[in-house]
Amino acid sequence: MNGSTALPSSAAAGVGVWQRDLRLAARRRASWLLPLAFFAAALSLFPLGLGAEPALLRRVAPGVIWACALLSTMLTLTTLFDGDAADGTLEQMLIAQRPLTRTVAERVAAQWLVSGLPLVLASPLAGLAFGLPVSTLGVLVLSLLLGTPVLALLGGLGAALALGLRHGAALVVLLVLPLALPTLVFGSGAVLAALNGEPADAALSLQAALLILTALGAPRLTAAALRIALA
Amino acid sequence: MRRATLPPHATAATPPARWTRFASPARFETLAASLARACWVVALLAGLAGLYVGFIVAPADATQGEVYRILFVHVPAAWMSMLCYLAIAFWAVVGWVMKLRMASRLARALAPSGALYTALALWTGALWGQPTWGTWWVWDARLTSELILLLLYLGYIALVESIDDDRRAAQAGALLALVGALNVPVIYFSVRWWNTLHQGASISLTSAPSMAQTMLLALGLMTIAFWAHAIAATLTRARALSWEQEPEALVAVKVSS
Repeated sequence: MNGSTALPSSAAAGVGVWQRDLRLAARRRASWLLPLAFFAAALSLFPLGLGAEPALLRRVAPGVIWACALLSTMLTLTTLFDGDAADGTLEQMLIAQRPLTRTVAERVAAQWLVSGLPLVLASPLAGLAFGLPVSTLGVLVLSLLLGTPVLALLGGLGAALALGLRHGAALVVLLVLPLALPTLVFGSGAVLAALNGEPADAALSLQAALLILTALGAPRLTAAALRIALA
Repeated sequence: MRRATLPPHATAATPPARWTRFASPARFETLAASLARACWVVALLAGLAGLYVGFIVAPADATQGEVYRILFVHVPAAWMSMLCYLAIAFWAVVGWVMKLRMASRLARALAPSGALYTALALWTGALWGQPTWGTWWVWDARLTSELILLLLYLGYIALVESIDDDRRAAQAGALLALVGALNVPVIYFSVRWWNTLHQGASISLTSAPSMAQTMLLALGLMTIAFWAHAIAATLTRARALSWEQEPEALVAVKVSS
């Protein structure tokens, strides 16, 4: 990445990797505007493809919004480590004193703040465009707030496994999609329950459980995958 | 054809019979060659016998008529599809943790067979579903899980095949297979939960009440055939991988035979 000048000093000073990533994102607006634009573009395909019947759109909204959020998150994550691998920064991270697991967790957290959080914040608009009642928007935001970090963590794992490979982006999507399925199911399930006037607690609790499990496991596995890729 | 003795460098050491004995490519080669040959024969014979009993001897089903006979292919394929994934995860992790290249090769060699059985289970399921339920596909928990399993296989194969370095391919594949195997229960649970949430056309997939003796015999024979085929195909593929990845270790075997 272009931050190669910023890294040695910041790593030496023990400044978090994620401050560097956030600074980079702030200077390159495409990194957070692009996923958002993709999300909007993908969402607008559905009314055009399915027809503008309000009842139908409301019915499919939870699944459609969730699927678009999933794909949009994947889009930015497929190359999470590629820039760092290309300019040698990643090797420095591997041999640095600071644990690689922590570096990975910070990178993914920064990536989520840049590309995941904007989706969460924009989702009420998407919900309104699909005719979801205002009462369900809270559950939609909450489910995405719990779910998109899981997608980011899994996407980071996929990006580490497919680091520097041909067709890396398509490969990451194929690797991560089956693993991300439970999150999609519980996330859209929560919104659907709210839409049907049922309590969404169960699905949201399961999502929180998935988030805890993934947050505990994924950074460690991602670090292992990076070591494998660069060994 | 038959190899009377092991190559000199393999017999010279004669280590105590440890379970890692066949991790040596040279020893594996001699074992796998004869074992694969035997398993191909068993697969062929048991398959022919199973198909004969299943399609000619066994009586027609009381409720489903003749169409139930696809079960003799469908059920063993579905069993093997799940078993192969666990076997991949097992051998891949053994190969990774204990640094046994042969175990990694076994994992990699298992994957195409597993994907084949999964595709076969889905395909025969569709052929069975059309006449009995009137539809090729339902988004039932079991069918959907099997589809996801196919995606897991394809992901594993795609990852391993797109890495040129053998060591990295084996280790990255092991990590993915481990994560996948741990995730299978979560995926299955979420799919079942999803299925109850979206109450669609409810088709009960519970199995038939009881089976005639000949039906069980045919199913048993076909299961043996599938097992033998899985072992034979995997060993044959693992041998090919050995020859591809470290031919120098195997030339001695070839010369001595």
